[in-house]
Amino acid sequence: MTITQATTITPAATRSYAMSGRPATTIPAPEGAPIGPRRRVRGARLDDRFNVIGAAAAGVAVAVLLFGWVSPLSGGVGWVLVAYLAFLGFYALLVSFTSDAQEVKDRLMSVLLSSAGVLLFGALVFVVAFTLVRGQEALPHPNFFTQSMELAGPLDGLDMGGIVHAILGTLMQISMALAITIPLGITTALFLNEVGGRFARFVRTISDAMTALPSIVAGLFVYSAIIVLITHQRSGFAAAMAITVMMLPIVIRASDIVLRLVAGNLREAAYALGSTRWATIWHVVLPTARPGLATAVILGTARGIGETSPVLLTSGVTAVTNLNPFAGPMISLPLQVFDFVKSPEPTMIARGFGTAAVLILLVLTLFALARVVGGKGPGQLSPRHEQRVLLASGRDLQRMNVRNDLAAGDPSPRPESLPTSSPTDLTTKETSS
Amino acid sequence: MTLASLVAALNEPPDTGAPVLDPASPDSSPRRLLVSRPSRSDSLFRSVAFSAGGITVAIMLAVGVFLSIRASDALGVAGVNFLFEQDWSPESKKFGIASVLFGTITIAVIAMCVAVPLALGTALLISEIAQGLMKSTLVTLVDLMAAVPSVVFGLWGVFFLQANVIPVATWISLYFGWIPLFRVADASGHALTEASAFTSSAFIAGIVVGLMVVPTQTSVMREAFSQAPIGEREAAFALGSTRWGMIRSVVLPFGRGGIIGGTMLGLGRALGETIAVYMIISPIFTINWQVLKTGTNSVSALIALRYGESSSFGLSALMAAGLVLFLITLIINFTASSIVARSRSGAESD
Repeated sequence: MTITQATTITPAATRSYAMSGRPATTIPAPEGAPIGPRRRVRGARLDDRFNVIGAAAAGVAVAVLLFGWVSPLSGGVGWVLVAYLAFLGFYALLVSFTSDAQEVKDRLMSVLLSSAGVLLFGALVFVVAFTLVRGQEALPHPNFFTQSMELAGPLDGLDMGGIVHAILGTLMQISMALAITIPLGITTALFLNEVGGRFARFVRTISDAMTALPSIVAGLFVYSAIIVLITHQRSGFAAAMAITVMMLPIVIRASDIVLRLVAGNLREAAYALGSTRWATIWHVVLPTARPGLATAVILGTARGIGETSPVLLTSGVTAVTNLNPFAGPMISLPLQVFDFVKSPEPTMIARGFGTAAVLILLVLTLFALARVVGGKGPGQLSPRHEQRVLLASGRDLQRMNVRNDLAAGDPSPRPESLPTSSPTDLTTKETSS
Repeated sequence: MTLASLVAALNEPPDTGAPVLDPASPDSSPRRLLVSRPSRSDSLFRSVAFSAGGITVAIMLAVGVFLSIRASDALGVAGVNFLFEQDWSPESKKFGIASVLFGTITIAVIAMCVAVPLALGTALLISEIAQGLMKSTLVTLVDLMAAVPSVVFGLWGVFFLQANVIPVATWISLYFGWIPLFRVADASGHALTEASAFTSSAFIAGIVVGLMVVPTQTSVMREAFSQAPIGEREAAFALGSTRWGMIRSVVLPFGRGGIIGGTMLGLGRALGETIAVYMIISPIFTINWQVLKTGTNSVSALIALRYGESSSFGLSALMAAGLVLFLITLIINFTASSIVARSRSGAESD
């Protein structure tokens, strides 16, 4: 504590302290003070890497020894666990040769945190890859994408039947859900951000509460409110309603966050130019937030496509292509997966994995699309868009110059035309340079 | 054009009738009103936005109100016993959610044991250790994991994880069977060792659900950690702390609200998870303390299992179960978001 104080006080100040009778603060001479080695907080040295590699080799060796020769241990999970523990032990030992206890702890924790990341990454890649690999059996058959299961029985081979009815069902259900969710969700988000007030806060609280709604309860609500009371039959429309109830809070929340990121000075500039509230929203806020809003909608779509449990209660299971959303059951991809793998037949299970692979590819595509569309923050433009904006302002400039030339040609120059001409001249110089 | 000529131009009295503002005589221009006078498009937008908010609230309230009204039938018959009865047979008026609620909580607790260390580690890795490309890749990956459909996780759990977890479960029950929770025994108390006693257990369902809620928790925790103030971080380094020392003394205390809130948000998701649990478990209607043993249940799986065969009264009973589940997740979610919001510094919201 004294050192930090001393370094901030100038020698003159210390002298005045001494004169006033208080004990003088001692200042360590900066020349003679030893400067310790700089502590590395990021990055890895060469010997750090060798420590990791060596400890890993030792861990694997110990596990092989234990499982192969020394003791009667067996099982893949146990092997990995023993190897990992041995790796941690050896790594701590190796680091402790060159460092103190604090640094050993630091290195061990870094390794533990990285392992958590690797484990999560491994789990995700494994879940996706497992589905895709097991789906390979069904995917190469072209009839898988062109036929429905109408004529295929459980004992038929994979060259009969397909999932075109589920693909069509998913597309119709998600389109209906989006037709409700996009306008309603984005308008509600605009209401939360641009209008505000006490009611808006209430809406935000309710829509936050809605994200807690378990999907099966949403399905049960639609089942008992729409199917039991009104339509008396399962339909694609009911499924779309259930998906809407699930997607709406997600889209509202995500759009709300995006709209909040639109810079306030853009809005203020629009208001200062005298535009109305609606003109500001339509010409400034929405175009600025467009990539973010698209991302919000696409991510909501990805979630909505994968919803199984609300659809299970509302859409019904069928093997036939049904293009009428208001009558008769209409199956979707996740429900078709669920229905296929309930069967004990290996061909049906292969179809289930094929359907799951199609579903996950769809979700991955949507996700990649969201990254491409929404990778930029609000207001950042793509090169082509920037080119367009430059061209547009060039045209504006030309128009203004033409008008100014006309005004200059006027025989009686009015005083108020003079100040407007000078900023235009400035812009001309700027763009030409 | 010089400044002097501009000033001269401004000071010159206007010779034409053009409306030039003259600061010297305020009476010449009408006084500006500072009351907003909404144009027609504005008031239209206002009413449209207001009604959109109204419709959203109406949909959400309809779910809650409808559930409560329909559930009141069954709740009136069962009374308080609804919470303590294990059996589920609405036809004989003997039904309750004790066993399914117990199963739901068991699965959720196991899921938390799997998910919290993973999420905490990944969140710290992303916010403190990873840099540049690796950091953005990890963030994308976590987001992607949140979008993987639950039926795909269920498939993986049934067709891959089950077979690989059974030896582990057997090993745990063999060596830690003296702890009642890990014991696997039949009704007469004999320890079971065959694999069929370990399938479709709460343990396996919990692991799968745990993996599914990791992304939710990770993103909340990561956001909280990244808001730990830079001054305190650098102060810790300046005092000679290692990176882990800095994390422990600065990042974790500042992110405590995020850790608790993220964990609870994940817990809410875990309680409501349906399809993966439904695919893995084999439903029973008794309280099963042996988490490694076959057979458990959850509220959402109960609804998915029984909605088709239900009479009107049975449906009302399922509604009551769904309502209880909704209330629990609602309370957890609200508590979590208030903890997260309070832990944030400054006037920022959300």
